[in-house]
Amino acid sequence: MSAFSTTIQLIYVAAASCFVLGLHLMNNPATARRGNQVSTAGMVAAVVATLALIIHSGAITVTGWIVMAAGALVGAGVGLYSARTVQMTAMPQLVSVFNAVGGGAAALVGIHDYMSLADAGRGVPGSITVTTLLDVIIGAVTFSGSIIAAGKLQGLITSAPVTFPGSRAVNLLLAAVTLAGCGYLIATPSLPGLLVVIVAALAFGVSMVMPIGGADMPVVISLLNAFTGTAVAMAGFVIGNWALIIAGALVGASGGILTKLMADAMNRSIGNIIVGGFGTGDTSMAVLPGAGAGVRAIEADDAAIQLAYASKVIIVPGYGLAAAQAQHAVAELADLLESRGVEVSYAIHPVAGRMPGHMNVLLAEANVPYPQLKEMDEINPEFSRTDVALVIGANDVTNPAARRPGTAISGMPILDVDHAKSIIVIKRSMGHGYAGIDNELYANPKTSMYFADAKAALAGLTGAVKTLVG
Amino acid sequence: MSTALLTDLVIFVLSLWVGFEVISKVPATLHTPLMSAANSIHGIVLVGAMLIAVTAHNPIGYVIAFVAAAFAAMNVVGGYVVTGRMLKMFRRRPGTAVADDGKRS
Repeated sequence: MSAFSTTIQLIYVAAASCFVLGLHLMNNPATARRGNQVSTAGMVAAVVATLALIIHSGAITVTGWIVMAAGALVGAGVGLYSARTVQMTAMPQLVSVFNAVGGGAAALVGIHDYMSLADAGRGVPGSITVTTLLDVIIGAVTFSGSIIAAGKLQGLITSAPVTFPGSRAVNLLLAAVTLAGCGYLIATPSLPGLLVVIVAALAFGVSMVMPIGGADMPVVISLLNAFTGTAVAMAGFVIGNWALIIAGALVGASGGILTKLMADAMNRSIGNIIVGGFGTGDTSMAVLPGAGAGVRAIEADDAAIQLAYASKVIIVPGYGLAAAQAQHAVAELADLLESRGVEVSYAIHPVAGRMPGHMNVLLAEANVPYPQLKEMDEINPEFSRTDVALVIGANDVTNPAARRPGTAISGMPILDVDHAKSIIVIKRSMGHGYAGIDNELYANPKTSMYFADAKAALAGLTGAVKTLVG
Repeated sequence: MSTALLTDLVIFVLSLWVGFEVISKVPATLHTPLMSAANSIHGIVLVGAMLIAVTAHNPIGYVIAFVAAAFAAMNVVGGYVVTGRMLKMFRRRPGTAVADDGKRS
């Protein structure tokens, strides 16, 4: 190995170390920004080294340069624009889109490699074909799956599970076609065969994500993130580049961990979530006769008095908060209460929102200091010492029915909201949560329902606190 | 199995374990930035996309190189910028940026 290529390889190793260090620094909010900078530095080093490698090899055509530069500029521009302008409530969609393009790029690397080997008329060794095919398949599945996930999150595609009779059979068929195509391609290299495999994998990505409902999105995004990482690592195998293998494996591990954490927080297996169709919620069955009776409604003034004279308030945000863009309104109410000497904290369920940590980012955007955001295990013992639990747009994660066997959410870890001395639920209607079952919390004598849009309700509460006790 | 492939596999498996070890300590507060950071890291595929442009010598190859470079660049640039933007918002106290906090503690 020449001194030049040794240097390039060493830079790749340094870049990979930067990625590990960067992720390590994410262990603490105080060092996380530095982590991102270290990781960025590694990426810049890797890209510069690659440019040097390309110049040094001298094999690139002028057209090659133009194509590469134009592509990179267009992509960088789009990426920069979307990263600068995205609303924090829309983060899950953006992450999903980045998963899609990352997976897509990895698939293209594999496709191109396969094509150039086939062009050269050389026999492709079986072991190389396997990694190339894994790269192409995982990348293609991630690409189409992530686009569907982003569409669901953005509301372009219904977030309800989409199933039809035989949809699982179609899934199995697509998987079988993909696998059979692979078997064929390993035995006989062929471009039309590769095309069949690509199309089948793309279709599989679509049919995999379509039946999965909105509230399962934290799991799906994490899983697609893991897929992208794995696809990139496979692309590293294909082009024999360690930086890609290491970085891809790191992302695969991170996505894998988050997937597991999210699935555990719903007490469902990853397989169960992927099979999908959960939360189709046969609501006509689930609504008990007389549901809604025994529920106490409350107006802004009464709720404001309860909050203003409480000594400890816990706010329980859910997806409804994000959907109503009410993060600033809730922070304003919390600030007002704190200025009156009320102790305010936030209880964050692991799967609240549409991606892991979604609520934390929204509240951080609204200037809520992160030590006020408590994880489930930390906050649950505190509910019994709490005067008012204020539930905003969260449903299933507060349902005490999860503690009993025999319900759709049995065994799911929940926030012990019902242990608080009184509970105020801000909700637009008595509609069901994702699991499609009644929330027993609402019928609790300690609970009052404030029926309104989250943002309007919070503004109303803030106003009422100011005028009544200001 | 060739030695090169075996080496690659060893690196892959060990990196997976490093990843599990490093990431399992990340607190739930940072799960979204973590995912976004991981997202930008898989933008390393840009290196692969750039290398395609070297071996591309026909129109299909150029199209693939262009799309791959665009996808990967979008992934890298967007990922790092949005992660930085998010992390900037995490504060220990109202009005105090985290970075200052880190130096004091």
